Amino acid sequence: MNVRKYLVLLAVMCFGGTGDVLLKRGMQDVGAIDLHHPQALLGALTNPWILIGILCLTCFFASYLTALSWADLSYVLPATALGYVVLALLSKYFLHEQISNLRWAGVLLISCGVGWVTRGPALTAKPRETRLATAEEQHEIA
Amino acid sequence: MKLLELWMAIALIVLASSGGDVLLSSAMKRIGDLDELRARRGILAVIVAIFTEKRFLWAIACMSVGFFSLLTAFSWGDASLVGPASASLTFIVSAVMAKFFLKEQVDHRRWISALLVCVGVVMLAM
Repeated sequence: MNVRKYLVLLAVMCFGGTGDVLLKRGMQDVGAIDLHHPQALLGALTNPWILIGILCLTCFFASYLTALSWADLSYVLPATALGYVVLALLSKYFLHEQISNLRWAGVLLISCGVGWVTRGPALTAKPRETRLATAEEQHEIA
Repeated sequence: MKLLELWMAIALIVLASSGGDVLLSSAMKRIGDLDELRARRGILAVIVAIFTEKRFLWAIACMSVGFFSLLTAFSWGDASLVGPASASLTFIVSAVMAKFFLKEQVDHRRWISALLVCVGVVMLAM
């Protein structure tokens, strides 16, 4: 793991949480969607908050794929769960939602889980048949 | 009966999302380090490599099933049950699937992390 790889994990967390909050902010403008008229969702695509949200979630998916290309799934999933914390913080300070003590306790638990997993190895140490990664690179990752 | 249907929908969401994640992880491992590939052959080669990888397309199909079962479950039950139940169970089931299908070494550290995150997500949703 080097600085650049931690930055990719950071991007997964930030873009995921921010994207969700921006979608929520956009849907506040659009209003509740009636299940009998789902075409109203198309109108939501003209909302600037929604568009920036979709851009963020696209960046989230790209960084998630990048992380999975050099780290185990059982490492990436907990490591990027800090996105839920980003979501809670943005919900409080940007959307002005109430966050109960129980939710803050949940934030704390997630942070502990993330801190715990990121101190371990990112990739299971074993020879893998990848098309492009060389043995030298894998040694560096492990 | 409706409760049973709801939990079956939640099970489908969890299995489809975890299966999607496992396929995605497997696809990316087959392609190799995306940063290296981009540095060597450019961003276009990365996009072509991803979209021509069959497991990636299967992963997208699984995730779509997960997404539409989530929408269905939302129409049957409370979002405050469906959201956290499916999100938190996905962390555990993904770890189990990663161990058995991807042969990842899921040690105590990773089990505890998955469990902490799982409980944390439930608490966030309460």
